[in-house]
Amino acid sequence: MNRFAILCAVALVAAGPALADTSRPPVDYANTQLSDPRQEAQAKALMEELRCLVCQGQSIADSDADMAGDMRALVRRRIAAGEKPDAIRQWLIDRYGDYVTYDPPFDWLTAPLWLTPIVLVALGLLLARRSLKRRGRN
Amino acid sequence: MIAEAGLAALWIAAALALLQLALAVTGIRFDRDDLSAAIRPVAIAQGVLTALAMLLLIAVFTRSDMSVLLVAENSNSMKPMIYKIAGAWGNHEGSMLLWVTILGIAGGAVALFEKRLEPRTLTATLGAQALIAMGFYAFLLISSNPFARIWPPPADGQGLNPLLQDPGLAFHPPTLYFGYVGLSVAFSFAVGALVMRDVGPAFARAMRPWVLGAWIFLTLGITAGSYWAYYELGWGGWWFWDPVENASLMPWLAATALLHSVTVLATRDGLRAWTIMLAVVAFSMSMIGTFLVRSGILTSVHSFAVDPERGTFILALLAIYIGGALALFGWRIGTVRAGNTFELVSREAGLVANNLLLSVMLGIVLIGTLYPLVAQAMGVQLSVGKPFFDKTVGPFALVLVALLYAGPLLRWRRDRVQAVFNRLTVPIAIAALAIAGIFVLAPRAGILPTLGLGLAAGLAAASVAPLWKRDLRRTPLFTYGMVVAHLGVAVSLAGMASDSAFTVERLVAVRVGQAVQVGPYSVTLKGLKPAVGENWSAIEGVLEAQRGDGAPFPMGPQQRFFSAPPTVTNEAAIKTVFDGQLYTTLGDADGQGRRQLRLWWKPFVTLIWLGGGLIALGGLLSLLGRLLRETRSARRARKRAREEADWGEEAWT
Repeated sequence: MNRFAILCAVALVAAGPALADTSRPPVDYANTQLSDPRQEAQAKALMEELRCLVCQGQSIADSDADMAGDMRALVRRRIAAGEKPDAIRQWLIDRYGDYVTYDPPFDWLTAPLWLTPIVLVALGLLLARRSLKRRGRN
Repeated sequence: MIAEAGLAALWIAAALALLQLALAVTGIRFDRDDLSAAIRPVAIAQGVLTALAMLLLIAVFTRSDMSVLLVAENSNSMKPMIYKIAGAWGNHEGSMLLWVTILGIAGGAVALFEKRLEPRTLTATLGAQALIAMGFYAFLLISSNPFARIWPPPADGQGLNPLLQDPGLAFHPPTLYFGYVGLSVAFSFAVGALVMRDVGPAFARAMRPWVLGAWIFLTLGITAGSYWAYYELGWGGWWFWDPVENASLMPWLAATALLHSVTVLATRDGLRAWTIMLAVVAFSMSMIGTFLVRSGILTSVHSFAVDPERGTFILALLAIYIGGALALFGWRIGTVRAGNTFELVSREAGLVANNLLLSVMLGIVLIGTLYPLVAQAMGVQLSVGKPFFDKTVGPFALVLVALLYAGPLLRWRRDRVQAVFNRLTVPIAIAALAIAGIFVLAPRAGILPTLGLGLAAGLAAASVAPLWKRDLRRTPLFTYGMVVAHLGVAVSLAGMASDSAFTVERLVAVRVGQAVQVGPYSVTLKGLKPAVGENWSAIEGVLEAQRGDGAPFPMGPQQRFFSAPPTVTNEAAIKTVFDGQLYTTLGDADGQGRRQLRLWWKPFVTLIWLGGGLIALGGLLSLLGRLLRETRSARRARKRAREEADWGEEAWT
């Protein structure tokens, strides 16, 4: 708990200035959808992939926490301003680290994770071959 | 007194487990069948005692005996009765007692009902079961005593996490635990078989019902847990790839694979080592899941207490049991004769492919769940969630569904590719038509959901195809079981795809009297009213929903305020109709006289859980079918033996 609490506290403190520097928009984007359905779909998809930093393993798309609301507002505002989802994600990663995205970026540290499926299939095929009859022998 | 009696029952049960292990070891080591014979009653007594301990814990909870520390910390005298009962396992110590209780009951049930297994293998199996139980008794008695007293007793208890104050708590944990811990039987069977070098079709037939039973509970538990999260968390999501959900998915994937491989072992005497391995893996996944959830290494609504000492304890147990079983496997598997091998196009090979895919999915979920912990140990914080699992597990799941078209229609031993395709003409045509139709009618549905819906439509046809042109009255019950379970997969897949393709979401702040359109429904906020329950008060949104010109009906989503402990929760109001659900939750006031509403129209979302229910029902039919056939053949064998005896006597006289 301690480590997590510290992390949360740090995240909150870090979030304060980062989220407050833009003046509050007239619309409460934390809980209001964008009027353009295509943009909203983009925003929604991104929100589902971002972690609510103060919650117990929830995305910002399904959390009641205030900070999740602030992050939703940030995502919608930037999408509405025409920013690409990947750019917004990168902006958040630069601020909060990889912890903020549920889609871990591919790098030397996550390579074993992303390569898991391929390795497992190769291993599995090798194993499965043993239970099959050899061609021509039967 | 009740608490002390409960503690005593646990200590005696632990002592019996030790006795049970000693009987098994000496019985096998010195070939003493009289010692082996004594093992059954000991196992049964152990099961009864653990059940008694659990009942006594429930008793102290229902009496709100605040001198018991666990009750004081987790219950409250004002709580409704059902949550006093269910609250007994809504905390760390109580849920571990439930775990141990089910372990004891499972061992007792094996001792009571298992008649087919070779007697010495059964002795070894019960010995293994006792060995597992001893570790968890030690854990309970040394570091998680549920019956500890507190002096002086507080005036009242601190209450139960309001998110858990839901009827779901009464059913979800026990069901899931029966599945988790039921797999211990498969584990013990595997250990028994390795010790006695008894791996073959007879062993597989004996093990199959136990695996099926645990798997049915797991399926139900996961399905119910998913629906519980869906309506309780209030955001319309039904699966979050949360580590705790993964912890329940992993044993299920392993048990599903085991269920199919044990059939190959029973029918064709193949996959011997693999089946044993899977049995070990399945229960290992249950233990890893318990460790992840119970150690407090994850923070979630499931991890009640955070205590590193307990985590270390469970980790040590985990290392001993999994490591021990794998070592035994490595040591003994060489002595198990290699099983039969198969043709590339055959039912057996199809089941091998099923096992390969399920195991790969299991491996991905396992590594994806543990990776953040490993990264954390190296000083890096990262998250692995939905996008990762969607990208990596999703494709394998779709391939598995495609395989499911052909699997049940393949013949044992050898089949021809051309013949298989001929049998699959109709399902494939249905799938192609469905995909084309959705693409034309709903081009916005997205590629994966479209594919999912089309595959589901074809799978529905393919899964009932094994009944085609068969005498339905003479088809065995377990074949129906397979058909129903596979149909359940199609139904569930259709629900998932439909939910992600067609859900309409509306998040709005409205004034009283304002109407909002969501999907086919118009929802109007009529007002707000207070509501009270036994231990909460609430603000309820008075909503009126209307579909087209249909009759309007009321809906009342609530924001609930619990006093002990003080928490706010969202209580969604859900209207279920034949073609989906209207899901409404009430948010905060925005300070300008408006109320936040979250509304969803989710077409056919209910199919997800209906499918889960069908899968479990299929398992049940299959289990009944197997048991029925066995009783019948046993009766026939007895009759034949009697006739032969009669004939013998006649010849004699």
